[in-house]
Amino acid sequence: MELCNCIDPQWPAEELLMRYQYISDFFIALAYFSIPLELIYFVKKSAVFPYKWVLVQFGAFIVLCGATHLINLWTFTPHSRTVAVVMTTAKVFTAVVSCATALMLVHIIPDLLSVKTRELFLKNKAAELDREMGRIRTQEETGRHVRMLTHEIRSTLDRHTILKTTLIELGRTLALEECALWMPTRNGLELQLSYTLRQQNPVGYAVPIHLPVINQVFSSNHAVKVSPNSPVARLRPHAGKYAAGEVVAVRVPLLHLSNFQIYDWPEVSTGNYALMVLMLPSDSARHWHVHELELVEVVADQVAVALSHAAILEESMRARDLLMEQNVALDMARREAETAIRARNDFLAVMNHEMRTPMHAIIVLSSLLQETELTAQQRLMVETILKSSNLLSTLINDVLDLSQLEDGSLQLDASTFNLHAVFREVLSLIKPVVSVKKLALSLHISPDMPMYAVGDEKRLLQTILNVVGNAVKFSKEGSICVTAVVAKPESFRDNRVLEFLPVPSDNHFYLQVQVKDSGSGINPQDIPNLFTKFAQCQSLTTRNAGGSGLGLAICKRFVNLMGGQIWIESEGIGKGCTATFVVKLGIPDRSNESKPSLVTKNPGNHSLTDFAGLKVLVMDDNGVSRSVTKGLLVHLGCDVTTASSSEECLRIVSHEHKVVFMDVCTSIDRYELAVRMREKFMKRHDRPLIVALTGNTNKLVKENCIRVGMDGLILKPVSVEKMRGVLLELLEHRVLFETV
Amino acid sequence: MEVGQMQRQWMDYTKSLFLEGYLDGQFLQLQQLQDDSNPDFVAEVVSLFFEDSERLLNDLTNALDQKCIDFKKADAHIHQLKGSSSSIGAERVKNCCIIFRSLCEEQNIDACIRCLQQVKQEYFLVKNKLETLFGMEQQIVAAGGSIPKMELSF
Repeated sequence: MELCNCIDPQWPAEELLMRYQYISDFFIALAYFSIPLELIYFVKKSAVFPYKWVLVQFGAFIVLCGATHLINLWTFTPHSRTVAVVMTTAKVFTAVVSCATALMLVHIIPDLLSVKTRELFLKNKAAELDREMGRIRTQEETGRHVRMLTHEIRSTLDRHTILKTTLIELGRTLALEECALWMPTRNGLELQLSYTLRQQNPVGYAVPIHLPVINQVFSSNHAVKVSPNSPVARLRPHAGKYAAGEVVAVRVPLLHLSNFQIYDWPEVSTGNYALMVLMLPSDSARHWHVHELELVEVVADQVAVALSHAAILEESMRARDLLMEQNVALDMARREAETAIRARNDFLAVMNHEMRTPMHAIIVLSSLLQETELTAQQRLMVETILKSSNLLSTLINDVLDLSQLEDGSLQLDASTFNLHAVFREVLSLIKPVVSVKKLALSLHISPDMPMYAVGDEKRLLQTILNVVGNAVKFSKEGSICVTAVVAKPESFRDNRVLEFLPVPSDNHFYLQVQVKDSGSGINPQDIPNLFTKFAQCQSLTTRNAGGSGLGLAICKRFVNLMGGQIWIESEGIGKGCTATFVVKLGIPDRSNESKPSLVTKNPGNHSLTDFAGLKVLVMDDNGVSRSVTKGLLVHLGCDVTTASSSEECLRIVSHEHKVVFMDVCTSIDRYELAVRMREKFMKRHDRPLIVALTGNTNKLVKENCIRVGMDGLILKPVSVEKMRGVLLELLEHRVLFETV
Repeated sequence: MEVGQMQRQWMDYTKSLFLEGYLDGQFLQLQQLQDDSNPDFVAEVVSLFFEDSERLLNDLTNALDQKCIDFKKADAHIHQLKGSSSSIGAERVKNCCIIFRSLCEEQNIDACIRCLQQVKQEYFLVKNKLETLFGMEQQIVAAGGSIPKMELSF
């Protein structure tokens, strides 16, 4: 039976049902039509739906179904064949489309389902990635913490700050419950709890260093998980109800300066470690992650380096302090030495003059006394006085000379003198003693010895006299033979005792003097001490000879200053001895041979007319010394003008004055005066000579005078003879600087 | 008293002055400068010395009397006195001056005052001696004699 409702409908009984069916069909149709509309609407809205043609098919299927139901509406009432045909067509189409759709869906639904799975998968992935990112962010933050921690650690060089900062920062970064550092004790047998994070004053906990857990940690440079019950982790009584958090321990190498070889990385095999223990909070379920462990290891290394830097710095600061102390001490010592030297020099400078003056007074007056009428006893007494004072004077001179020699401040004079005469003088001086002792003294001068030489006559005389005198002193009988030759290099080539080769030149020759005596001789062992100051050989024969022991020392210094050598040979006690010295002397020019020396020995062969009318200017602010100097110059025949101040001097001085005598004390304006005077006369060739008069034997004065361009310096007191000589010298050579 | 005796007395006196250290070689130099063209040289210089020294000693006494002693000025005065006395040959005065200078450097007030007393004392002593010496010389000259030349050479 088809759905052709040709059967007589019983309207009243089934009309309700019919009605309902009618309405339902209507609504169904409505729904069927609106669904595709909705679909199209929403699909249009979304751009990504990939199965549009499926949608079309589905839409067609629904539309046709809807059409069918719609057409059904007309079939409730008797209807025409067209309706039936339309209905049938619709149904046929619907059937076709539905079957097609059903077939299609078989393919499509799995795809759609897989899309869903993929979507789920992606969502999971996204969630996982989120988590990963969270973790990475944490890690990066941790890394930043590490950098900051390292920076903190490295920015301080104080050991305690480094360790405390480490613990604090670690605790903060890793959110630790407790963090502790165990340091090895001095004896290396125990680890002592030195720093903790939470406890303010860690009790002096100590654990022995050879526990297996500690060895385990020390033997690896990684952070090692340890049990919370191990002694190093039991820092305080466990009060929580949860299991204690995981504990990790890592070694911190304590590096010493010596670990850092120049080209190697620090050797950590020395085995001195500290132990750092980190505990996670006990009521969290955290575990130690790999990156956290890595962080801990990195930090431990950094701490090690920072600690070693701190140690190095401490060392270098200590060394520097030590050096500074030493410097200060050295400086003080140097200053003390300088003060001592200055004091000594001052003393010598004063003593130089002060000691010689009374000595001379004594000597002179006692010699004067000798010439008066005396009883024999008185004469003997006076002679003793004279002898003793001569001895004392020699002693004083020796000591003063020697200290000048030591200073290096002694300068040899250089003048032309008669060499032969020097030897003759020595002989005549020593002859009395020789004849008293009944010794035979002979002198041989080689024929090629020049008559005149340039050198320090006084000191050469002193040296020869000393050597010959020694020979005489130590000989009780026999002969003394003095030979003087010009030293030749050949005679020295074989001499292995000295490395000394006298090489004469056009300007110099070497004088060799040998004094041979047949006296008591010297033990060869004592020879090196002969030239030492104050050392005397203690043999009986020499003990009563007297003398200061300075003679040979001074001779040696003079000889060295003269560019030579002195030595003594002896075969032994009782076999006599030979003293030899070589000195360098200059060869005078032909023109200088007849030059008179400044200190003339025979005053009297000069006339006052040398200086008649010589215009001089005397400047001295002391009235008395001004008139004395004036009187002196007037006595010599000069035409003297005086000035009592620098201004007056500058005003009065003119080119007519030949010499200006200026009293210099320590005031600086004297030197300025000299400078201004030079300026005034700079263009003139006939400017007056400026000579300083001073009683001050300070070398500084002399240097200042030379520096400001003065032409001369003479020491007060000036005698008439001295002034005569000075004027002669000045007028001839236009310069005269007296040795200070 | 006859001239020869007076001369001998004069010589002895002069020698004693040297022996006792009142005068030194410088004084002899002064005497040597005295000759016919300059007969009163020594007396002139010596009286100049007396004037100078008395002035300086007064200044020094004033300087040391001040509440606030100017040691530099005192030093300058003493320097002058030292120069004068050494030019004359008044040895003891000169030595005292040297000591005074070093005390001045130390700025030791009491010692300075004591030393000043000593300087004054020495000065008056030497003044006395020189005046006696000149008195003797005048007597010799008045009696018709001449002053012998002292030939001490150092």
